[in-house]
Amino acid sequence: MDAPLIEIKDISFEYEETKALDNISMKVEKGDFLAILGPNGSGKSTLLKIMLGLIKPSKGSIKLFGVDSKNFKNREWIGYVSQKSNSFNSGFPATVKEVVAGGLAKKAGLFRRLPKTVDEDVLDALMSVGMEGFLERSISELSGGQQQRVFIARALVAKPKMLILDEPTVGIDHQNVQAFYDMLAALNREKNITLVMVTHDVDTVTDRISHVACLNQTIHFHGFKEQFQTLSDEERASWYGHSVRKIHHVGGGH
Amino acid sequence: MIDAIFTYEFLQNAFAAGLIIGVIAPLLGVFIVVRRLSLIADALSHVTLAGIAGSLYLSQSVAVFSALNPLFLGIAASVGGSVLIERLRTLYKHYEELAIPIILSAGIGFGAIFISLAQGFSNDLFGYLFGSVSAVSREDLLIVVAIAIVVLAFIVIFFKELFVLSFDDEYAKASGLPAKWIHFMFMIVTALVIAGSMRIVGILLVSSLMTIPVAAAMRVSKSFKQTITLSIIFGEASVIAGLISAFYFDLAPGGTIVVTSILLLLLVLIYKKIVVSVKRGVIA
Repeated sequence: MDAPLIEIKDISFEYEETKALDNISMKVEKGDFLAILGPNGSGKSTLLKIMLGLIKPSKGSIKLFGVDSKNFKNREWIGYVSQKSNSFNSGFPATVKEVVAGGLAKKAGLFRRLPKTVDEDVLDALMSVGMEGFLERSISELSGGQQQRVFIARALVAKPKMLILDEPTVGIDHQNVQAFYDMLAALNREKNITLVMVTHDVDTVTDRISHVACLNQTIHFHGFKEQFQTLSDEERASWYGHSVRKIHHVGGGH
Repeated sequence: MIDAIFTYEFLQNAFAAGLIIGVIAPLLGVFIVVRRLSLIADALSHVTLAGIAGSLYLSQSVAVFSALNPLFLGIAASVGGSVLIERLRTLYKHYEELAIPIILSAGIGFGAIFISLAQGFSNDLFGYLFGSVSAVSREDLLIVVAIAIVVLAFIVIFFKELFVLSFDDEYAKASGLPAKWIHFMFMIVTALVIAGSMRIVGILLVSSLMTIPVAAAMRVSKSFKQTITLSIIFGEASVIAGLISAFYFDLAPGGTIVVTSILLLLLVLIYKKIVVSVKRGVIA
């Protein structure tokens, strides 16, 4: 049996005096489509940053693909898509092709040029997100939803085994959010890419995912979405904390 | 003019150094501008001033320094300043921009003290502040050539990493690129370019040769590589026109180069406005 792609054991993290994560343990298996839910300030983005090695936990251990994260070298196996709003300098003078090709930098390695197949790789990645017609367009001319698709293509171009996405639908209008999640579900189903995603879109996303984790400093629930769906609103609200209310999107009713 | 270049060594030095700087300053400037680090170039140029002024002062009283090209102490101060800026940015994580006024003020402060202590190098100092056609020695030219080799090698070797880091530094770190080290090397290289450019453009105007051609290029470029190409073309045009006018009208080249680059920027802005108006007219 394959090792879990992510295995977190007893992780805690503090921002100065404030506890952000408290004794978190969880596993992400190959093929999962995991949505991490939780209110603002619940530690979702912190958890993703720990998974990505951007910050170190104060306690606990993390294994990536069965290897201790300190010794994990194959970072190109993990694609990362951050929130659009803080991910890049708007107005940056680059084409979609240049941005997506940047996703091959780590895979190519230091002191080496991008592979000769870069053009085909970029086109393949853009095709999988339906953006192949935008190859030579300037990234700053695109809408929020289109930019986010390009960033997914950048994460896909190195052919990762897993994508980690931090609230990827921030700044995207509701109609396009549905199509966006459909595209992610297709990547999970057809390309067998494991997905870990932080999101607030509880109602919209539930149909497309396989697993749910409810986080509020600690893990309150982690299991199959079917189990999650059988829970009452009161039970869910108790995990989310009293300051959070459940939002029902108009027309999104799942 | 061409006869004069073949006749006088100082003109050969000035033009050769100018042509090299016209390439490396805007080339590095593209990364500086898109990473929003333009003011760091200003801070480093003022630190370089402190190094130059210190060297000129010491040359009056310490024998070793009288034989030393002031550029060396300028380079040392600039590189030291870049390291200090990085340390301060780490220290003030939530107020990273504080590092710039601190280092800039320190540079001017030390510079002012050394200038006051030593009297009698006003001509030299004017050349360092605003550039000089006549003051570029063969040794200065060789230093500029060495700096250019380092800069070009750095950009060619780390181009893909620099692009990713400039576009999205969080993504660069998350994908496992050695972002911290590449940024550190980038700061050192920036310090070298600033120190190397100042003989021609002058300390007070060096950051403008790294930013104004880029500002013009960004208005009309469609891609990152095109931005680099156009920035270098605008930079070279500014240096050549600036040096020729400085020679003929006996002006400080820093001033003529920067004014030329501003004129080019204005032309580009007008061109862009016309193109946009025409497109809107066609669509309407």
